Amino acid sequence: MSRPRPEPVQIVKERRDAALRLLTGNVPYIRFLGIEFDRRGDELTAVLPFDEKLIGNPLLPALHGGVTAAFLEVAAIVELSWSMLWEDIEAGRIDPRALTPETLPRLPKTIDFTVDYLRSGLPRDGYARARVNRSGRRYASVHVEAWQDNRARPFAQATGHFLMPAPEPAPDQPRNG
Amino acid sequence: MTTTGMDANAKRTLARQFIEAIPHSRALAMHLDEIEDGRAQISMPWDERLVGDPRTGVIHGGAVSALMDTCCGAAVMSHPEAPAGTATIDLRIDYMRAAVPGQRITARAHVYHITRTVAFLRAEAHDETSLADGGLPVATATGAFTVERPAAKGGAQ
Repeated sequence: MSRPRPEPVQIVKERRDAALRLLTGNVPYIRFLGIEFDRRGDELTAVLPFDEKLIGNPLLPALHGGVTAAFLEVAAIVELSWSMLWEDIEAGRIDPRALTPETLPRLPKTIDFTVDYLRSGLPRDGYARARVNRSGRRYASVHVEAWQDNRARPFAQATGHFLMPAPEPAPDQPRNG
Repeated sequence: MTTTGMDANAKRTLARQFIEAIPHSRALAMHLDEIEDGRAQISMPWDERLVGDPRTGVIHGGAVSALMDTCCGAAVMSHPEAPAGTATIDLRIDYMRAAVPGQRITARAHVYHITRTVAFLRAEAHDETSLADGGLPVATATGAFTVERPAAKGGAQ
């Protein structure tokens, strides 16, 4: 009753980080806002480092409401894509090192997105974590929260619905449900 | 057409300067096209840096949200009841279709109801195609915004 020897940690990390870079590194808008992702196992935290161009109210000053919405939406869609990709990678169905931006599975599309502004965004770094509440064959519902200094005091939260990409047809496999 | 003693042109110039002084609006090259009595139209050019799907060149939904949010805020500020300020309480965006790559995005917002404390808004975003033929918008939005009143005379707060 021997089980296969686990892969070295560095190999596992490299593979996961490659997948994450593939998801986020090629999107111009993510780069434009300067959003980064911090990964611990499968848990992602989106990070929005403060920049002058993110300001919406120069008098307060405060982050632009549109920046907050965009940050939450990026965090939600990356989390959802990541959770889909994660299962395929861990199960060995996809090797991220062999993927290119052209062969990356298609990303979910936003159907609607509702942002709840709780307090004004301060001129400092922001963080966001998303939770996939439901992920079906066609639709997904994702909730996301953003905070700055204090995790218990979010400055905005949002819920979005997403259309899942159509599965690649697999002619030889029976479709289940 | 005067509402608070300032003529429409002067008000429009002031609003344009205000919008164009916002760092993020500047970063997106937003332009205030129209503003009057609780209605606003703001547009921004398609830009390679705003692309959300590099395979198609379609602009990211977040950039459309930023435009709609700014446009809604401008509409509130232009309302004849002249709020001293406004902030977004909530904003819901429905994405109807992908914006055509390379085309300018134009948002239109109007205040359809305002109370002493809250303004209710509807907005839509068009690419050049739907703006020209009145077709299906790229996205629509509904939002609630705060109405901040000037501090009462002599009163604290």
